[in-house]
Amino acid sequence: MTRQTRIGLFAVSAAGLAALLLWAVAGLPDFGHYRGPYGKVLNSVAVGERHATNVVAAVTFDYRGFDTLGEEFILFASVMGVALLLRHERGERERLTTRIHSDAVRLGGAGFAAGLLALGLYVVAHGYLTPGGGFQGGVVLASAFALVYLAGDYRSYRALAPIPAIDFAEGAGAGGYAVVGVVSLLLGSAFLHNFGPLGTTGTLASAGSIPFLNIASALEVSAAFLLLFTEFLEELAVTPGDG
Amino acid sequence: MSYLPYALAVWIFAVGLYGVVTSRNLIHLVVSLTVAQSSTYVLLLSIGYVNRGTAPIFADVPKGTRAVDPVVQALTLTDVVVSVTVASLLLALALQAQKRTGKTDPDEVAAMHG
Amino acid sequence: MIPLQAAIMGLVAAGALAVVLTRDLVRLTMASSFYALLLVVLFLVFQAPDVALSELVVGAVGFPLVIVVAIVLQRGG
Repeated sequence: MTRQTRIGLFAVSAAGLAALLLWAVAGLPDFGHYRGPYGKVLNSVAVGERHATNVVAAVTFDYRGFDTLGEEFILFASVMGVALLLRHERGERERLTTRIHSDAVRLGGAGFAAGLLALGLYVVAHGYLTPGGGFQGGVVLASAFALVYLAGDYRSYRALAPIPAIDFAEGAGAGGYAVVGVVSLLLGSAFLHNFGPLGTTGTLASAGSIPFLNIASALEVSAAFLLLFTEFLEELAVTPGDG
Repeated sequence: MSYLPYALAVWIFAVGLYGVVTSRNLIHLVVSLTVAQSSTYVLLLSIGYVNRGTAPIFADVPKGTRAVDPVVQALTLTDVVVSVTVASLLLALALQAQKRTGKTDPDEVAAMHG
Repeated sequence: MIPLQAAIMGLVAAGALAVVLTRDLVRLTMASSFYALLLVVLFLVFQAPDVALSELVVGAVGFPLVIVVAIVLQRGG
């Protein structure tokens, strides 16, 4: 099938698909007139039941905690796939040796990396009080480490984030989430049911087991992104004898 | 007018699919796939929207305030982070395919013979 | 629907088309980051700050880094 034939066939079938999809979404409630009872019920009871003011975090880590476990394992599996694909052919390689020579970039990067680390920890810790959480804060933490590579050199980045430590952190995060769920089983209730003292609404010491799940997912997401960056950057290393 | 966000989601999906079909570079193909995936985020969030509703965070507003649906937001936010990882897996596959065949055009890579 | 939402939706529609029609790879990275920024504003206007935070960090840091390294590797390292 030539390219022209393929594009022509695509145009016809895309028009049909678009017509079907538009007819399907025309049956939804009007924009702004959300009907479903689940969201309204959660908005009114979540703060009282779980003492967490961020209802989205309560839904992610408590009411729909099992879906988040599945998402974490998707993350784990795809990063493992990247590591499998890119790791096997490496023999003796020199590391990347380019260094940034501009003092302004190095100074700015050093300052901002520390600030980003603090911001990431803040976003993770206050995930169940204000917008934030393990997923968002985990990526901010990973970008703090990546900034060390971007504004400095590769050796500093590898010294800060060695691959065995990242592997362990990622496994600990994914396993930690499941372990918290099993602890709930051992305490006599359902898997991933909330346990622990509920505390005062609006402070860091609240919401039962949501802080633990928050920290576990932040650990896993940040380690997964660091592993991703490291695997891709390692490919840029030079084999001795080239160039 | 009230179906505009849903039509936007269908448009973004169609545009992303067009990018996948007419792509001449494997990396451009993966980015177009990401665009097609973002249409699902728009559709989910626009289903949960409530007129004159605020964000479902009750840290500083009283508890009875009208708020949008939190469940679709929970689904979307984990999806956003995970889909980037899956897209990187696709990029790693594209790099391996290019290493094996030496070509970057999806049409030519597909024409491998055993 | 308020006019702000309608305006941002129009920009997002144009942005998606712009990303798909860009052929040069380095410009594609920039276009993809800008499209992620437009999506962040859309999510904020739909009253979803958590989703906007996720999309912001992922679209500004996570995805462009991976694409740039992939581009360099594709051109031969």
